[in-house]
Amino acid sequence: MDTSAESRVPDALRERSIGRPTPLIDGIEKVTGRARYTADLPSDGALVGMILRSPVAHAVIVAIDTSRACAIAGVRAVVTGQDFAAPYGVIPIAQNEWPLARDRVRYRGEPVAAVAAVDRETALAALAAIELRLEPLPAYFKAADARAADAVLLHEKKKGNVERDVDHAFGDVDQGFAAADLVREQSFHYAEVAHGQIERNGALATYEPERDRLTMQSTTQVPYYLHLTLAQCLGMDSAHVRVVKPFVGGGFGHRVEPLNFEMVTGALARAAGGVVRMEQSREDSFLTHRGRPETDIRLKLGMKRNGEITAVDCEIVQRGGAYAGYGLVTILYAGALLHALYKVDAVRYRGYRIYTNTPPCGAMRGHGAVDARHAFEAMLDSMAEELGLDPIALRRANLIVPPYRTQNDLQVNSYGVPECLAWVERASRWRERKGTLPRGRGLGIACSHYVSGSAKPVHWSGEPHAVVNLRLDFDGAITLLTGAADIGQGSSTLLAQVAAEVLMLPLARMRVIAADSALTPKDNGSYSSRVSFMVGNAAMRAAEALLDVLVNAAAKKLDVSPADIEWLGERCVVRGTDRGLAFASVVTAALVDNGPVTVKGTWSAPPETQGGRLRGAAVGSTAGFSYAAQVVEVSVDQDTGAVKVEHVWVAHDCGFAINPLAATGQVHGAISMGMGQAMQEETQYHQGLPLSPNFLDYRLPTAVESPPIDVHLVETIDPLGPFGAKEASEGALHGFPPALTNAIADAVGIRLTELPATPDRVLDAIVAKRRKDRLDATRAES
Amino acid sequence: MARRLLKLTVNGRDREDAVDDHALLVDHLRGIGLTGVKQGCDAGECGACTVLVDGEPRLACITLAASVEGQRVETIESLAQNGRMSRLQAAFHEKLGTQCGFCTPGMIMSAEALLRRHAQPSEREIRAALGGNVCRCTGYVKIVESVQCACAAAAGA
Repeated sequence: MDTSAESRVPDALRERSIGRPTPLIDGIEKVTGRARYTADLPSDGALVGMILRSPVAHAVIVAIDTSRACAIAGVRAVVTGQDFAAPYGVIPIAQNEWPLARDRVRYRGEPVAAVAAVDRETALAALAAIELRLEPLPAYFKAADARAADAVLLHEKKKGNVERDVDHAFGDVDQGFAAADLVREQSFHYAEVAHGQIERNGALATYEPERDRLTMQSTTQVPYYLHLTLAQCLGMDSAHVRVVKPFVGGGFGHRVEPLNFEMVTGALARAAGGVVRMEQSREDSFLTHRGRPETDIRLKLGMKRNGEITAVDCEIVQRGGAYAGYGLVTILYAGALLHALYKVDAVRYRGYRIYTNTPPCGAMRGHGAVDARHAFEAMLDSMAEELGLDPIALRRANLIVPPYRTQNDLQVNSYGVPECLAWVERASRWRERKGTLPRGRGLGIACSHYVSGSAKPVHWSGEPHAVVNLRLDFDGAITLLTGAADIGQGSSTLLAQVAAEVLMLPLARMRVIAADSALTPKDNGSYSSRVSFMVGNAAMRAAEALLDVLVNAAAKKLDVSPADIEWLGERCVVRGTDRGLAFASVVTAALVDNGPVTVKGTWSAPPETQGGRLRGAAVGSTAGFSYAAQVVEVSVDQDTGAVKVEHVWVAHDCGFAINPLAATGQVHGAISMGMGQAMQEETQYHQGLPLSPNFLDYRLPTAVESPPIDVHLVETIDPLGPFGAKEASEGALHGFPPALTNAIADAVGIRLTELPATPDRVLDAIVAKRRKDRLDATRAES
Repeated sequence: MARRLLKLTVNGRDREDAVDDHALLVDHLRGIGLTGVKQGCDAGECGACTVLVDGEPRLACITLAASVEGQRVETIESLAQNGRMSRLQAAFHEKLGTQCGFCTPGMIMSAEALLRRHAQPSEREIRAALGGNVCRCTGYVKIVESVQCACAAAAGA
């Protein structure tokens, strides 16, 4: 027994694992080039998989003749929609997409057939040999056209091509407007945008015909949804499927649902009886899409003279594309998150998600709420101007005091908007500079918020919302097993930090095995900023369970009661004595009789955070809302319409920064993505043909024009978050577009109601304003 | 399809490989196991495939392998020596200049080329040198900080 005396480490001096900037535990692989992404996985002898896409936007499939393709030497498999057992879709009640189209194609670029061949040239030849007979149907590229009374329906039973309509009203809206001193109404238009994750899509599927087993490695954010969907679409027993997530080069929502190419690669591997590699092009990523939809918003706000909001009336139409995907969630989010940022007591929302013959939209960072937040914050700014109020003061007139229940039954337990506003006001020197900058230069502000994980999972199975296993064996290493998909956000690092903190052990003792459906417990995936909050809570509980095992083992070995053990991590002692055990001895003691230790921690969002009883109320519900405020400074060239972002000051209430380094990095990324959408990004189609499916025409922000971003993390210590933590990666995105256009309004007096704020749009607005100003002046003279 | 023997110095070692005339440098390098060279776009748009050819940054995805015959090619795999990361690599790791990591090898190689030319660049020069390397995760703030940190480490050494 190790009983050597050693002074106990006072808590203040102990090296903490949380709350300190921590480089990623898999960062060394990334900077040395050793990290293997899907395309880097060794696969000697793999067949090359390729997909044939529809040349038209809407047609009946009369016939697909693959006989010539099959006859080509070196072609090992050809599959069509008929080779799948079932359709798919991430929302169980809205599964209307086949991995390869059956009966009908609904967008230009929709996959219709696929081949596996010995090399790329042979695969290309096989694609060219497939004969498609299509009978064109009328196609609709705008939501309004698809909604026309005589429009052909994309999907049976979806009248007016409306995938989902929402009609929610909370509080007395009419009374709210009647009580207002100022009522304003405005229409807005937002372009469709895409995720632009830098890694292209790809999959590597290995099928073992002797055992009917399929192993899939893929660029996914949701390995377990993919696992289940593969089994469903291929008609396989899910016990015969394994999904492994390699390093993934970003997701931002593109990969939060199983994607067609994954099921296609699986089907090809099975048909060929071997290994198939599918490498998708950048253009393929744009066609697979799942981005933020083109959106039209009409917003009406009522306000008291002091800036207090009395009523909100909002109508939103989203051009959803050809299939359901996450669509109904997106249209519900847009309405639900009109609440929970400010105290609003009367809100009416009507939302329409429309099927069109364009690539399917889906979830994208800030899912559902980004465009609506722009409209809202832009109107707050213009109404503040009309009322002669400072925009920050106006927001302060509408703050929530937690704990707070919104009108639509969302629960706010912690709320950092006051601190966020105070910081950005001070950091940007708002009071001194707002309104005093030279013409062409301006400051704008906006607030925003987002969920820390959807409180109701997409697959409502009754399982816990998050599960983590910890394993301890002879070597004294703690292995954390999680299904959570680290796609660059640093979730594996964060989970290791949480467990190490509870166990008071150095991070170096932890290893993380993540996202392998044969090894790790099921996890719903990396979406809705759920991992830090939900899986973090599970990791905390797993570590507490392991601590319990260790303390009991130490107590037994030292022949004292567990309550007498003082746990110090690498050592423990009998309280008040110098008798103790080193960690290695505790491990040995814990393994006696029982062998290796495996514990489990689970967590589920409490019922009161899961939303109300209304249809669709689960969307927007969360156990913890994050909050943010930001000030953007711009300069506007009035001759060209070019806008330059000079500086961004952003404060984000992340509850508690478990890893301040990563949390800050997430906020930077959110601002950057918000900036891309606000200033330049826009998918464009001609008759359903994408005009910008590449990074030259669809231009992401570069280092050259990206601004300095000062981040301040506000820590409100949420009562339900792990160590008080909430999300840090999405909430700040929503505020950038409105802070930008509010800054442009401050700089040159124009209020943009269409995004992105390209030089063309800005210049048009400047010219229109000049003309109007001149007309007004002439009228005033006459 | 025509093939040829291609002589290159790759990461300090001379080698000779049979390649297709039309083979791209990115495919050749990845084919010989240097998968740190990434491809994120379809042709010269994202910078993830940046390698150094005779010390200058080059987009390997729009470079024919045959066109660099006899030249010195360096990839991300060459920077760590004897188990030690280079200053840039260490800085990108410690300052979180990498998130998903996919643009990182190309980003570091562009920065490496800059620092060889110019040991103490200004922020503007750093941003300009990295202007062809697209990152979707970081907003570039911590990337610029990482390069600056590597410069400071070099100055202090």
